[in-house]
Amino acid sequence: MMSAAKLVETKDLGIHFGGLQAVQGVNFSLNQGELRCLIGPNGAGKTTFFRLLTGVHKPSVGSVTINGTPIKGLQTHQIANLGVGIKTQIPSLFDNLTVRENLWLSARKRNAHAEADRIADEALETIKLAHAAKTEVAKLAHGQRQWVELGVVIAGHPKLILLDEPAAGMTGHERERTAELIRDINRTCAMIVVEHDMEFIKMIAKTVTVFNRGEVLMEDAVDKVLSDQRVKDVYLGKQTGGVTL
Amino acid sequence: MILTVADLASGYGRIPILNGISFGVAEGECVGIWGHNGMGKTTLLTTLLGYQPATRGSITFAGDDVTRLATHSRARRGMGLVPQGRQIFPALTAAENLRMGSAVSGGHREGVIEEILELFPRLKPLLSRTGGLLSGGEQQLLALARCLCGRPKIMMLDEPTEGIQPSINEEIVETLIGLRSRTRLTLIVVEQRREFIAALSDRVLLMQKGEISAEVRPDELLKMDELY
Repeated sequence: MMSAAKLVETKDLGIHFGGLQAVQGVNFSLNQGELRCLIGPNGAGKTTFFRLLTGVHKPSVGSVTINGTPIKGLQTHQIANLGVGIKTQIPSLFDNLTVRENLWLSARKRNAHAEADRIADEALETIKLAHAAKTEVAKLAHGQRQWVELGVVIAGHPKLILLDEPAAGMTGHERERTAELIRDINRTCAMIVVEHDMEFIKMIAKTVTVFNRGEVLMEDAVDKVLSDQRVKDVYLGKQTGGVTL
Repeated sequence: MILTVADLASGYGRIPILNGISFGVAEGECVGIWGHNGMGKTTLLTTLLGYQPATRGSITFAGDDVTRLATHSRARRGMGLVPQGRQIFPALTAAENLRMGSAVSGGHREGVIEEILELFPRLKPLLSRTGGLLSGGEQQLLALARCLCGRPKIMMLDEPTEGIQPSINEEIVETLIGLRSRTRLTLIVVEQRREFIAALSDRVLLMQKGEISAEVRPDELLKMDELY
């Protein structure tokens, strides 16, 4: 029986593509409102794990339960309706629409016109881009675009947000502001964040799960993970969790 | 100077991106180019390689004006690119990707691939695997090795750390430093991670709004605030 506090729970989750075992034996759980970071080598299975949670891939073995509902047999849009939002690195914004129009369209998917207005304004405040509400997305800097992408996700009022490398390509200030934004969003929403930038991980993480070769290598507090010899061997290299090359 | 860029301008349609870029790179030197997104760094590289036509100015490489040459001609003269996002051939094996790289220089000189593979031992057991099945880090190493198989005189790297795990970034830095100490390979590295660019470069050009706004030493780059 799943604990009521668990938002995500996977049991012995695995998937293979032909002879390649991409994810195997993953027992993962995330509490309501928790923020978890996933790290691990390229090819360790992090993205595949995200795709298993969102239903893009169907597991070969094991199960995924989201907010008490087993997702076996559900389509991706039905899983999204359970409250799962995802921001990948693939741009999803309408460049020729304004920031607010992008947010409004996201909110309108599940809400009436007036309610979508309210949610769009709320999302604008959350991502702190109210001053750019009428700016075409095409004219935004990279960091601002990423915040609008996040705004589009939160305008869907998810219970869980999956973020794939939110700090990629960002400058120092943008990265700090993104960390702040993630902490703000996490007040009302659980999150799983995949990131290779250890400085960014340290800004946002409490518990970190490390994937390696499709399995969970370890799961612990951020400081313990970044100083663990096994994690250094397979992922961090010689750095000591400090400077990220 | 192996590369001299004078008053280079380029853009997309009516939108100007590069507004009069001038700099030189000496043989064996590593020049870093640092700047925020949208400042023209990738456009600079694609213009140097000829993917993007220059609308003004000139590019002189190894003594020849290459400004109007086709991309493949520049590649044959020794200009190599490791593109952003790796762009390896996903349906070809790693070995075939390397052979494509060696074909760029106009031939398949015996032993080139084997020689380059000595620099990338991690790739040796992966040669029969298709590129699309390699991890992002392995793809980045393959993209570097593929470029080197073309025997470039200058290698340009566009955001090589993007999406790559820390230990492979270290491996890339160590491989490139080792390579530079043994050959006179010239490098241009476009990158946003200051620590990476500082670890490799002799000097760093800062790009702002399609122009070179300043030149700094690597240690100065690390100390800079977010002015740029």
